Amino acid sequence: MAHDIMATFTEILIEDFDIPADEVTRDATFEGLGLDSLDVVDLTLALEEKTGITLEDDELEEVVTVGDAVDLADGKQE
Amino acid sequence: MTDVVITGRGIISPAGRGVDAAWQGVLSAVSAAAPHPEFTTDDTPVTLACMAPEFDPDAEFGRGTSRRLDRYTHLAMVAGSEALADAGLLAPPSEGADNPGFGGGLVDGVERDRVGVLLGSGIGGAQTWASEYPNYIEKGPRRVSPMFIPKMLSNTAAGVISMRSGARGPNMTVNTACAAGASAMHIGRDLIRSGQADLVIAGGVEAGITGLAMSAFSQMGALTKNDDPSSASRPFDVDRDGFVMGEGAAVVILESIEHAERRGATIFGRLVGAGASADAHHMTAPPEDGGGAILAMQRALHDAGFDPADIDHINAHGTSTPLNDKTEAYAVRQVFGDHRPALASTKGVTGHLLGAAGAVEAIFSLQAIATDTVPATANTQTIDPEIDADVVIGEPRPMPVRAVMSNSFGFGGQNASLVFTA
Repeated sequence: MAHDIMATFTEILIEDFDIPADEVTRDATFEGLGLDSLDVVDLTLALEEKTGITLEDDELEEVVTVGDAVDLADGKQE
Repeated sequence: MTDVVITGRGIISPAGRGVDAAWQGVLSAVSAAAPHPEFTTDDTPVTLACMAPEFDPDAEFGRGTSRRLDRYTHLAMVAGSEALADAGLLAPPSEGADNPGFGGGLVDGVERDRVGVLLGSGIGGAQTWASEYPNYIEKGPRRVSPMFIPKMLSNTAAGVISMRSGARGPNMTVNTACAAGASAMHIGRDLIRSGQADLVIAGGVEAGITGLAMSAFSQMGALTKNDDPSSASRPFDVDRDGFVMGEGAAVVILESIEHAERRGATIFGRLVGAGASADAHHMTAPPEDGGGAILAMQRALHDAGFDPADIDHINAHGTSTPLNDKTEAYAVRQVFGDHRPALASTKGVTGHLLGAAGAVEAIFSLQAIATDTVPATANTQTIDPEIDADVVIGEPRPMPVRAVMSNSFGFGGQNASLVFTA
């Protein structure tokens, strides 16, 4: 069964990163949410823990918005 | 050289959170030792520990901040925040700013570039090591948190206090194991004396209560095997058999007297003497002749310009281990001769806070002066006949307390003594 990646990211961002729910949108940039590069790696580890989907470091270089990360992870779902 | 005064104090210790609560806890002489829930269900050989009062770092600092930091940094933030507020050094929060505990940072009129931070810690982020290493072993290198290094580094707490307050003066963490809190105050004071800072946020912090550390200290024979909180930590008692692990943090604001007077700060005491030394002897055992401990005490007296008879009370290192207490009492006798300062160890209540011990005991030393009271050494019933000292037991002793020496001795044979006055 496919994972709802947006829902998973939203849950992690709200619960672990203390981001207000209404700020977590596809268009929100990680920088705008106050996440630095270490936080983004941390976020992807949490995603991997919940879904088994791995995002590589070099792939993350292109990721600016939450939507970018969701699309990247969705592309890896069978 | 300028006099260095204490203008703020903050503490979170097993005896209580906040200066007044912690001091009342010490005076109560009721041990804070309790079975640690994590260790009563596994094979950890010792289950008693002295934990800091419960607090919720998510609620106090925000989940986003607290999860990026180890417990030892949380404790340092609690004590640092209280000390800065106590000193009247925190500006009100600016609108929309998110800096819980530290308001708008240092107040106007204080030159931020001349405010230092000097913390001591024996271990740093022990719990981060303990929780992250299994990830590496079980899930592999790619699952190691990128937060591991910044969380566990032992200088993170000092760095975070500078980020939160805006202090841009000299910023360091010193490690002399169980003397680290005292060493930090020594070096912090010297930064002020040498003109490198007006103010130093100085103290010690430790959060080392992990199964790994408890097991290791137990394997060394350093922890008591006694699981009765009312007698486990009993410094100088004939039946003492080891220390109880504690955790917590204490921070003081050290300030040049000129700076303190200019801004009308309340003066809680003076750090008039500091002495440091090494045993050059053994990794964990003190030399029988008192070696480095004697030197540290003598140097602190000399630094203060005091004679032994000027010291009314000694807040002893007094860990409740057979070797420390015997050697410390012997060293005190060598330094003080027939003058017998009222000797007490507050570790009967707090357990041994390792790198935070010297810092929490500095605050208890200041409180002894402020209240003219020497706390009783909790739990101690029968003073070891081999110990020739005026150990205060039973009830707190009301007496004039003009000057206090606080001793701290670390593994590696690293020793620190501080002298405080009103």
